[in-house]
Amino acid sequence: MGGLTRGYFIQRLLMFFLTIWIGVSLTFAIPRLSGSDPTTAMLLTMMNARGYVENADKIIAAYKESFGLNDPIGIQYIRYLWNVIHFDYGFSFAKFPAAAWSLVTPALPWTLGLLTVASVLSFIFGVTVGSLMGWRKTPRWLNNILPVSLTFTSIPYFMFGILLISIVAFKLHWLPATGGYSRDVNPGWNAPFIKDVLAHAIMPLISIVITSMGGWALGMRGLMIGVNNEDYFLLAQAKGLSPARVFFRYGIRNAILPALTAFALGIGSLIGGSILVEYIFAYPGTGYTLYRAIQEQDYTVIQTITNLIIIITATGVLILDLLYPLIDPRITYKKSVAS
Amino acid sequence: MASDQKVLELNDLNVHYFTPRGAVIAVNHVNLYVKKGEIVGLVGESGCGKTTVAMSTLQMVSAPGRIVGGEIKIEGQNIVNLPEKELRKLRWSKLALIPQGAMNSLNPVTKIKEQMADGITAHEKISGAALRDKVLKLLNDVGLPERVYNMFPHELSGGMKQRVCIAMAVALNPAVIIADEPTSALDVIVQRVVAQTLLDVKNRLGVSMIMIGHDMGLLAQMVDRVAVMYAGNLVEVGPVGSIFEHPYHPYTQLLIDAIPSTKQKKPLKVTEGLTHDLRNPPPGCCFQFRCPFVRDACRQKPPEFKQMEPDHFVACVQYN
Amino acid sequence: MAVVATNSNPKIASRRVSIWDSPWLNSKFVTGGVIIVLVLLFGLLGPLFWNTDLAFTASSPVNLPPVWDTGGDPAHPLGTESNGRDMLAQLVVAIPSSLKVGLVAASIGMAVGILLGSIAGYVGGWPDHIIRTITDSVITIPSLMVLIAITAYVKMTDTTAMALVLALFAWPGPTRLIRSQVLTLRERGFVRMALLSNVPALEIMLTEMVPNMLPWLAASLTGGISGAILGATGLEALGLGPTRVPSLGTIINNALRSSALVRGMVWWWLPPIIVLIVIFTAFFLMTIGLDEIANPRLRGYGNGK
Repeated sequence: MGGLTRGYFIQRLLMFFLTIWIGVSLTFAIPRLSGSDPTTAMLLTMMNARGYVENADKIIAAYKESFGLNDPIGIQYIRYLWNVIHFDYGFSFAKFPAAAWSLVTPALPWTLGLLTVASVLSFIFGVTVGSLMGWRKTPRWLNNILPVSLTFTSIPYFMFGILLISIVAFKLHWLPATGGYSRDVNPGWNAPFIKDVLAHAIMPLISIVITSMGGWALGMRGLMIGVNNEDYFLLAQAKGLSPARVFFRYGIRNAILPALTAFALGIGSLIGGSILVEYIFAYPGTGYTLYRAIQEQDYTVIQTITNLIIIITATGVLILDLLYPLIDPRITYKKSVAS
Repeated sequence: MASDQKVLELNDLNVHYFTPRGAVIAVNHVNLYVKKGEIVGLVGESGCGKTTVAMSTLQMVSAPGRIVGGEIKIEGQNIVNLPEKELRKLRWSKLALIPQGAMNSLNPVTKIKEQMADGITAHEKISGAALRDKVLKLLNDVGLPERVYNMFPHELSGGMKQRVCIAMAVALNPAVIIADEPTSALDVIVQRVVAQTLLDVKNRLGVSMIMIGHDMGLLAQMVDRVAVMYAGNLVEVGPVGSIFEHPYHPYTQLLIDAIPSTKQKKPLKVTEGLTHDLRNPPPGCCFQFRCPFVRDACRQKPPEFKQMEPDHFVACVQYN
Repeated sequence: MAVVATNSNPKIASRRVSIWDSPWLNSKFVTGGVIIVLVLLFGLLGPLFWNTDLAFTASSPVNLPPVWDTGGDPAHPLGTESNGRDMLAQLVVAIPSSLKVGLVAASIGMAVGILLGSIAGYVGGWPDHIIRTITDSVITIPSLMVLIAITAYVKMTDTTAMALVLALFAWPGPTRLIRSQVLTLRERGFVRMALLSNVPALEIMLTEMVPNMLPWLAASLTGGISGAILGATGLEALGLGPTRVPSLGTIINNALRSSALVRGMVWWWLPPIIVLIVIFTAFFLMTIGLDEIANPRLRGYGNGK
């Protein structure tokens, strides 16, 4: 069985690199296939917008040097891939000579924190609601109120965010509308700051969780209905086990496996949607940095963030993929292979 | 070996499935009993209500099905409409199940030891080494090696899985075991092994059993009495020898004729006609649309059970 | 389990009672479909009743509240925004264009999905392996990020260009679905019969498989349309949409950039959001309705096929 387990690991690793490769290649290829020269076009718009661009000649020189725009496209592409691996994305257009990377790194912890908490909460809530909805023994009163939690499922995260801001922040003044923390607190490990950060994170978090959990719930409901009809599920009931044990050990334990696969496949769109939520809430993560970069036509920063999010997503998927065999014994796998 | 004590009685059992287009009468006025230490075979074609009888006996008919009438007595106690909590205590300790699908009746993600243990610990206070010994002994009883204890279902063959199910079913020494086509998904050789295991266990423990099947030939070798079911109705009940010697009901005759034989080559009898819509049974006999001997009287009123030989009953107009 | 056995018995007479018995008359599917038709009619018939030229900058007075608010003007029933655009005219122009983007992108995705999915499921072997690996990789890419990088680079001029870019990520879902459907259908008796009797592959696909996959395909299409509209709206809300024609996302972007939220100009940002929520909810209803049509077990009782 050893060959199979190593095969699984190698296959997942291959998918990891393939995903990143396709993602970053698309961001490289499509614009160049369209035939526009981004540097000149962008600098022209910037000049039009401001009448004058500071260091314009230096920017062009630095850009052309770091990306070698005069080389054949093949060489450019290989250099681009090399830079992606090295996290070297050149200079920021808008804030030359700052490196694009240095503008993005401060935003990263905010995004990672928000996304991790949001996706995990959304999955946990969704799976709980969905499995209860798909279970025959769920009390009737609960089954009548559970679908209410699906009300916002079809609304895009950021639109729900706009509604939240206008009601909770501007009408009711319960929570701060935008930003990651208030100006009057001292960043660091102190209680007021942490409290303030949490207060600012509640609405972005709710926007993502409330609107994305319904998808998992519906999927889980279908899976749970399927498991309900399996022979092992009937046998578990015939054994006179407690409903809780049947529900968890025989129901959720089996239904959650395909749900986790769906979760891994869905992380990408969840992260994409969350980027917009950050922009709405002016949350100091990569999403908001991205929006400002779009405003300033700072193309290198846009590309940095894009590539970074692609890599982060792929890493999340890889982690899930490698954890999967630990909970599904049918995929034989040894921990030693992973380490 | 069978005593006269009735451990399981189904009295006038009626089960309907409530669909949007009317109630499907899946089990219609069924009366059946199982004596201590006896195996009763319940035969009939797919969809005739055999499995529904099994599931109602366990009080596990799934919605939209419901027991609409009759009683089910285990050791004299009627369990229809018993509260869920009481039922849970009864299940497995008094009434165990060997399920139909051999391939899919074990939880694929937990180890055999856990699945065998949880049925036991739900009813008995036992843990640690005692529990382990008990599970190992059960595995040994059905002829499985010790290593199965730590294995996952996907590492076992179909026959091994079904033997695990047998071991689980006898764990608490229940009054009645319902075996729902226990060998149907297995190949012929494995079928024999599993059937033998089942008989061994039964002989050693003296449990009573309802064995459901559609293969008369296979059942004949294992059961003491046979009950033939057609479209939700029992049509003939009797000792296995008597039934095979004198099948009275035309449907029983067809079933027995369908057993292949190497001694004589005979053309396969094909029955004409369709089963009636179970939502809308015709007046009279349930078998009238397919019966080769049908006559006007069959369409008037349902036939009554008549004793033809000791303990051998048949419901057919010919004998009324 | 037992009821399926009972009901699927081919010997049971009298199947269809009337055409009202058709599984396609699923209440969720029909409700969603009716809503979409109504929204579409609003966009298509709107230009007959309302002057769409008012959707452009400086065509109207600025910052007028809707007619039911104090200071509202019946000439601009839903009010106007800070650049002098009439809200009603903007909605009339934006709704069909948003739906069009979604439909074009999802249809391209579907066509590619049918092609790749049937090759993978039908041919198997290494083509299947390659298609599956690439599909599974692309599906995990955060597509909105890549789209942002592309549209920030290449300015979108019209909605067709937008739809084409969105189609880049519209195919993996249908491909996965169709592949798995083709794989299951291949093993079904009627397809096997056709295979054994040497019917050409394309004919088997079209006559035997597609009719059986219809509810799945339709669910995938409605899901794909709403996914593409979601992507388009996201890009537009970030200010990356086509600038010439108003679109629902662009209205939201304009409102956010002009601080309509803080200024309390609810009539600016709320109408496009409401329209989008109605559209997404309708497609969502259609998708889960179609799911129930395709998968009868989800309907709550085992009304076997």
